[in-house]
Amino acid sequence: MSVRSVFPQLEQLLPRVSKPIQYVGGELGAVVKDWDATTVRWALMYPDAYEVGLPNQGVQILYEVLNEQEDVLAERTYAVWPDLEALMKENGVPQFTVDAHRPVKAFDVLGLSFATELGYTNMLSALDLAGIPLMSADRDESHPIVLAGGHASFNPEPIADFIDAAVLGDGEEAVLEITGIIREWKAEGCPGGRDELLLRLARTESIYVPRFYDVDYLPDGRIQRVVPNRPDVPFRVAKRTTMDLDAWPYPKKPLVPLAETVHERYAVEIFRGCTRGCRFCQAGMITRPVRERSITTVGQMIKEGLEYSGFSEVGLLSLSSADHSEIGDMCSGLAEQYEGTNVSLSLPSTRVDAFNIDLAQELSKNGRRTGLTFAPEGGSERIRKVINKMVTEEDLIRTVVTAYSNGWRQVKLYFMCGLPTETDDDVLQIGRMAHEVIKAGRAAAGTKDIRCTVSIGGFVPKPHTPFQWAPMVRPEVIDARLQMLKQEINSDRSLGRAIGYRYHDGEPSLIEGLLSRGDRRVGAVIRRVWEKGGRFDGWSEHFSYARWVEACAEVLPGFGVDLDWFTTRERQHSEVLPWDHLDSGLDKDWLWQDWQDSTSEFEQDDCRWTPCFDCGVCPSMDTEIQIGPTGKKLLPLTPVNSLRLPA
Amino acid sequence: MAPKNQPVGGQAPVVQRIRLRYAKRGPLRFTSHRDFARAFERALRRAAVPIAFSQGFTPHPKISYASAAPTGVGSEAEYLEIGLQAEVDPGQLRVALDAALSPGLDILDAVIAGPGSLADRIDASHWRIELPTVEPADAEAAVRAFTGLEEVLVERMTKQGRRSFDARQAVARIDVTDQSAVPSEADGASCAIIDLVVRQVTPAVRPDDVLSGLRVAAGLEPPVPPRVTRLAQGTLTAQGDIVDPLDADREPALPG
Repeated sequence: MSVRSVFPQLEQLLPRVSKPIQYVGGELGAVVKDWDATTVRWALMYPDAYEVGLPNQGVQILYEVLNEQEDVLAERTYAVWPDLEALMKENGVPQFTVDAHRPVKAFDVLGLSFATELGYTNMLSALDLAGIPLMSADRDESHPIVLAGGHASFNPEPIADFIDAAVLGDGEEAVLEITGIIREWKAEGCPGGRDELLLRLARTESIYVPRFYDVDYLPDGRIQRVVPNRPDVPFRVAKRTTMDLDAWPYPKKPLVPLAETVHERYAVEIFRGCTRGCRFCQAGMITRPVRERSITTVGQMIKEGLEYSGFSEVGLLSLSSADHSEIGDMCSGLAEQYEGTNVSLSLPSTRVDAFNIDLAQELSKNGRRTGLTFAPEGGSERIRKVINKMVTEEDLIRTVVTAYSNGWRQVKLYFMCGLPTETDDDVLQIGRMAHEVIKAGRAAAGTKDIRCTVSIGGFVPKPHTPFQWAPMVRPEVIDARLQMLKQEINSDRSLGRAIGYRYHDGEPSLIEGLLSRGDRRVGAVIRRVWEKGGRFDGWSEHFSYARWVEACAEVLPGFGVDLDWFTTRERQHSEVLPWDHLDSGLDKDWLWQDWQDSTSEFEQDDCRWTPCFDCGVCPSMDTEIQIGPTGKKLLPLTPVNSLRLPA
Repeated sequence: MAPKNQPVGGQAPVVQRIRLRYAKRGPLRFTSHRDFARAFERALRRAAVPIAFSQGFTPHPKISYASAAPTGVGSEAEYLEIGLQAEVDPGQLRVALDAALSPGLDILDAVIAGPGSLADRIDASHWRIELPTVEPADAEAAVRAFTGLEEVLVERMTKQGRRSFDARQAVARIDVTDQSAVPSEADGASCAIIDLVVRQVTPAVRPDDVLSGLRVAAGLEPPVPPRVTRLAQGTLTAQGDIVDPLDADREPALPG
């Protein structure tokens, strides 16, 4: 059964939509294979606009890993903007992949990568456009397996009715294992149909198939228990961890888009995982342990990645890049290699210490200076202890003074609002801190002409973190604190003028909170919001708080719960959390203890430099910390003196 | 490699200028000019072309573009000029750059720039407009009505707002070609094909303005979006032909 491209029909619509280039594919690195020459076919979706989804590392890595298999085909699909969605519905054009414009419904798997829960409504749009039933229960053998991955899949319960399966953790090996199971099942003639395939996936004990689990509730609305409803299905499903990143040097052939996207650079992950232990940070909790990629692999990936892509910017990514055991040699080595080449190097700089500035200084040898961003996260010493961000005000002042005296004219400071135990004063102290930064900065730089930008994000408690039990702060309280902070910043006109202030309203965070800690009952809310037109909820111009509140009011009372119950309610130790049957490796008792330590302002050190504190991940997942230094150095590159001609 | 600790403003000088002709084909005709410019700069790096950079704190590669076809319009004749800090063979450069760009963005020709500017050699464009599902006879009638008029006022949104201007005077030639009789795509429906030569004027008259002119002059309303391709641009001769602007840069042909 061959599958036809929908491009001839789509082409008629493209002159009528904005930025049509995002729908035509043709990127460098894109792979188009003969449909009939492959046995297992994946459509990979990043459920947001192309400009955001294309640069996503996760999708690019899995795309390449899958397409390296000869009998496997992987193509990509993204959320289409409402203008094209309307035309597609009107003209009967289904959700398509950008690589070969094949209908998504024809694939074996639709794999969705959820970096954020705000992509859930876009998943429903894509399923609907694809002609795939929204509810997993309504699908048959003619439909793809709808598979969720990404950080949000550590609690996929709100979308449990829409997805067929979820993978927690690193995807490189998981996609190959799933491919193998599907290949075998197809070769046997698809015995037992869709149900049997899902059962085979569930039996791996690391693929979660929601339909094989029943959730029972207590009269007060809390969960009583989550139990398998089939024999052979594990009580708990474990996350995946890819060890030895040097063995997985992806992306090797990064996708280079024609359309403009949010990141135009070759990004290399220098390590995965983080044990700094910031209590709000889900990424740091669920990606343990730390696994470094060695300096030499990083150097090789950058050399080949730049030659392949033609990018002129390199990003050294991780959750806290300055913590790499070889970061000093890496930055100076790379700066040396690329000096005079117009290639710019950048490090997402968030650690508050002067070492970060040395690194940024190294990387800017080429002339181009990237901005400096520091993340103290909390305004007061007290709240920083609560969140385990071990930074003192003196650290921060010393760091920014170093930056300003080394010629930076602008630094960006990142904070959160709505943290557990937060008071008005904790937030107001952000303003006082910004004043001190400007005063010290002016003295250090010897000029009044310096600036700092204070950027505030709303705190959202996430599953598998010590704050998973925490109550959220109501949006009105957040908004009032943000207004107070604005007045505090401007209380001194001279200092206030040098401070930029950016923040987000409290409302979107509350909805993100509903989706991140919700259970299966929240699925009905997501569906209702989508039916009322909800799309692109991560975009302020498309997000509607009123729509979510209305949908909650329509749907949740039937279950005896409401929006507040999911968001501003503090959970107790004994409560069964919706994701308790999903194993991130973190010991629930350790998380609870860390939550208790948090409220008594007790700090937790990093296990890379102090003894193991028994978070539980390494023993339960059979993993270990993998860090250097390797003692190796980057060697000078051989200059290219002639045109690179095709082979 | 450039010397170490190169002072700002110490970019290597231009030693060679090369002019290129390129095409935007098929789905990649939806590439906007900005999209193409980014892709081209990356292609220069992929192909290790010794491009020269402007002086200053944020050096830019030396690339200048002749007027670009609108987004969504295909082209067989776009032009640009690059400045190089080392000499290369134009033929090899064409091959290397073509391989470094996505298929559909194709480098067709490369010559060493002679005296004079590219822009001075371009005063007209040759377009082909396919109108699927339009009967050639209807297109023919509209074209006759259009050419019968001295002036055809059309409107278009510009950066300055909605503007009204004449689309007739700039049209040097407009015909419905005899290929029109051939059904275009697999669906077997008819398709009228218009062959159009337009002089470069200000404000620019583009193929969609001429199509607006056909609507104004004769009520021609294509039910599906037209497919437009630029076939050539260059100097318009008295005979109505268009001369490739790169011809003047080629080595004079040997006598005999």
